[in-house]
Amino acid sequence: MGDQITKDPASFISHLELDQPDKTFLDSNELIINMGPQHPATHGVLRVILKLDGEKVLGTECVIGYLHRGVEKIAEHRTYTMFNPYVDRMDYVAAVSNGLGYCEAVEKLMNVQAPPRANYIRVILTELNRLASHQLWLGTHALDIGAMTPLFYTFRDREEILKIFEKYCGARLTTHAFRIGGCLYETYDGFEQDVKKFIDFLPPKIDEYEELLTTNRIWVERTKGVGKITAADCVALGVTGPVLRASGVKWDLRKAQPYAAYSEFDFDIPIGQSGDTYDRYLVRMEEMRQSLRIIRQAVERIPEGPIMAKVPKVIKPAVGEIYHSIEAPKGELGYFIVSDGSTQPYRIRVRPPSFVNLQALDLMVRGQLVADVIAVIGTLDIVLGEVDR
Amino acid sequence: MPEDTKSPTPPSGQPHAAAPAKPAVPATTPWDSPTVARLKSQYGSGVQEAVTYLGQNYFVLDASVTAEALRILRDEEQFDYCVDITATHNPTRDKQFELIWILYSFARNERIRVKTNIADGASFPSSVSIWPAANWLEREVFDMFGIKFDGHPDMKRILLPEGWKGHPLRKDYGIIQQDQEWVQINLGIESGQ
Amino acid sequence: MLDYITSYLSSNTTPGQAGNVFWALVYIMVVFGGVSVAVMAMNWLERKALAHFQIRLGPMRVGPHGLLQPIADAIKLLTKEDIVPSEADKFVFWLAPLIILCASFTVYIVVPFGPTHAITDLNIGILFMLGVSSLSVLGVVMAGWASNSHYPLIGALRSSAQMISYEVAMGLAVVSAILMTSLNATGTGTLSMIGIVQAQQSQQMWFLFKFFPLGFIAFGIFAIAMVAETNRAPFDLPEAESELTAGFHTEYSGLRWSLFMLGEYAAMIAVSSIAVTLWVGGWMRPFPNWLTGETWDLVFSLIPGFLFLGLAFIAFIGVARMPKHPYFRVQTIGLAGFGAVLGLIGLVLFAPPVRDRIQDIFWFCAKVAVFMYLYIWYRATFPRYRFDQLMRVGWKVLLPVSIGVLILTAIMGVLF
Repeated sequence: MGDQITKDPASFISHLELDQPDKTFLDSNELIINMGPQHPATHGVLRVILKLDGEKVLGTECVIGYLHRGVEKIAEHRTYTMFNPYVDRMDYVAAVSNGLGYCEAVEKLMNVQAPPRANYIRVILTELNRLASHQLWLGTHALDIGAMTPLFYTFRDREEILKIFEKYCGARLTTHAFRIGGCLYETYDGFEQDVKKFIDFLPPKIDEYEELLTTNRIWVERTKGVGKITAADCVALGVTGPVLRASGVKWDLRKAQPYAAYSEFDFDIPIGQSGDTYDRYLVRMEEMRQSLRIIRQAVERIPEGPIMAKVPKVIKPAVGEIYHSIEAPKGELGYFIVSDGSTQPYRIRVRPPSFVNLQALDLMVRGQLVADVIAVIGTLDIVLGEVDR
Repeated sequence: MPEDTKSPTPPSGQPHAAAPAKPAVPATTPWDSPTVARLKSQYGSGVQEAVTYLGQNYFVLDASVTAEALRILRDEEQFDYCVDITATHNPTRDKQFELIWILYSFARNERIRVKTNIADGASFPSSVSIWPAANWLEREVFDMFGIKFDGHPDMKRILLPEGWKGHPLRKDYGIIQQDQEWVQINLGIESGQ
Repeated sequence: MLDYITSYLSSNTTPGQAGNVFWALVYIMVVFGGVSVAVMAMNWLERKALAHFQIRLGPMRVGPHGLLQPIADAIKLLTKEDIVPSEADKFVFWLAPLIILCASFTVYIVVPFGPTHAITDLNIGILFMLGVSSLSVLGVVMAGWASNSHYPLIGALRSSAQMISYEVAMGLAVVSAILMTSLNATGTGTLSMIGIVQAQQSQQMWFLFKFFPLGFIAFGIFAIAMVAETNRAPFDLPEAESELTAGFHTEYSGLRWSLFMLGEYAAMIAVSSIAVTLWVGGWMRPFPNWLTGETWDLVFSLIPGFLFLGLAFIAFIGVARMPKHPYFRVQTIGLAGFGAVLGLIGLVLFAPPVRDRIQDIFWFCAKVAVFMYLYIWYRATFPRYRFDQLMRVGWKVLLPVSIGVLILTAIMGVLF
């Protein structure tokens, strides 16, 4: 790493001069298409303005903010504990990861450490959530490319994860599973059995998804070489997560700067070579298998003990600031918290992976076809709740 | 954040690696590293602070040298990944806004923060030419704080609509003022509720 | 008058050839009604089969197992507000679905359900079919253009490019089958749909297996091209839901939209019947050469009746498995009634005069049904091609292969 950016910085900028249409080679005006915010394949309320020459994309501009709820402003008017459930609403398909990042950031700011058992529970639930997030990604991504069936298969299996969440904390989607200092709930009776059953249940199902897609000619043709991005461009654009790894950078915060109990587990970081949509697909599929590996180790070695650290009733971190980031299913999810010594955070900044990754859309689709825009939006795995916060 | 916390409290002789494992009240310690040395030799008093807090290192630089220092950090110190750009608003200070860059180096597996203080209404050179990732991040800072970045290719709001009034993450921005105005104009209710 | 009507009954040609307008009209009514019912049934079947591919149940609420869903849909579509965009070219917007509908229904004039069971037998039947069915591209382009909106426009352009490209390969594959019809004593081939099936009958071989694997490849090309021709998955780019929302019919709603759907499904059945006629032996029953003799004829002629009895049996099993709650009484009675009707049809089909007349139609429809099932299967399995890949497959793969097959077929025809 550490390569210099090979491209002219201006080539990263996606800004369309919409009022001056260029002439295309057929001497006709190009077409400006407004894709979204209500479009079946923009995964929510993303609006992409496409400049097209026939089917070829000349440029894009993303218009975001339709789901902006001012989470960072809300945070300034809530106590640390009260803000905890709000973070679940950002990346609502990976709510557990969001909660983990926030709780750990506040714990770090208060200089307390969650007990080992709590960390193990956190790892298990977070990895289950990563699986759920990747399954949702796979289903919708395949649906965008035209394969309807995987969506239903992944949703069927995701249901099993959500059942575990529901049994653990009563919620399926916005779980609010963790508290500052550890976990509020001890695992329910049979939690280990449920999780073990699930990790035996899923691998054949992953094979099933792969059977439908990995060697499917049309799938390969639609994804190979589509939306290529080099490692240097990824780094320059701040793109993280599976997208970065598919470009060949072996970087995962779980390994690079371990948090929770990740340093105690043995797992691999899958990487790709070409940085195209197919590699990103393979990387995420392998990540699902690695997540299962982590869960298996965690559930087998889960220690006994308390699940909550000694945390005062009123959380009042000392004056100071902290940046803590975790490897969310979509990339680096960071929380920058400034405390003024009161019960309310002075400022919370969320570094959302989807928001930063979405910047790469323009670079990845320029010069490709309309259908590739859909494929690339799918492969970036954005959640608009997180992009807009 | 109040000023006083910035001053290092532990005895100056103590090396930062040997900081107490778990102090009851975390404290800042000076941060020594080749990176700090390089910036200090280059800018002297431009480097206002270089400290470690809770194991995380950050600089506070003078606004005049920050843009250049950021480029040096990328080009010569391998901080090739701009994690985040954000700001905080401290209305009580002279220079109200604190701009924060969070940088990461893949080669060194190291994360630092660069901070600088600028006054209300002041603009700051854009770092899009250093890290293309800064594009949307700076737009968000502009959207939320009203800090303009010079040389940014497309300085406009990103999350809020074009016609939005004010910059919500400023401390003096009332949360319901916008709502009241909207109600007054569009629903004709004088009280705004 | 009565003589005019009854005189046809002893004829053994199609009403069109016999010049009997009354029976031709009856046939037109029957075919039109039958195709419309088939489209509705296909609608239900597609939703059910697709659902079961995808571990869902599909329609379950309207009638037992959603059997009345197509009717509910039809009522909904008929009563829905008919929106015409203000910027649209109203006349063309109005005309487009009609053109598609006419194009896809007109082709049924020559579809041979049996040696005499066709509205008429044109001596250029297959040409007529290809020609008329390709008119529907006109409707697609008109719909896309008249909507005056970007998505329909792109959809229409994609669609026209796609249909035209695949028609070339399709036409060449058809020609190679027609070449095979000329392999007889006189050396004259035929373009008549009935003639093509009779040629297979006299050569004692489906053209699918003729000059193996040449016939097979030609059939494969046709089978791919016909999916592209009807804009179905994996070639459903013109209406690619995830890209162009709904393609050329994005701006259509209510009745007009349902006309597009009717046209699409009718076209699917039409092209499937071309494939059945050309390669799979049309109305001929399976194994006419191996399993010959009176007994086998009888056995095969009983299959339609048994099939309907089987369906009735399934319906009755469904009745038995219905929850015994008063809430389900209507559904249970309905399903039992449906089963009874099916059983009755099955019993009627055992009657010798009906049996003899119906079995051609039955085998033809059964073969078409296999193709319709394939359509559903493709849709459940494949992702969608990208536009450039679609064009590449059409021009760089299917076209050269079909030309090669055509040349080889011609050489084989001369040699043997």
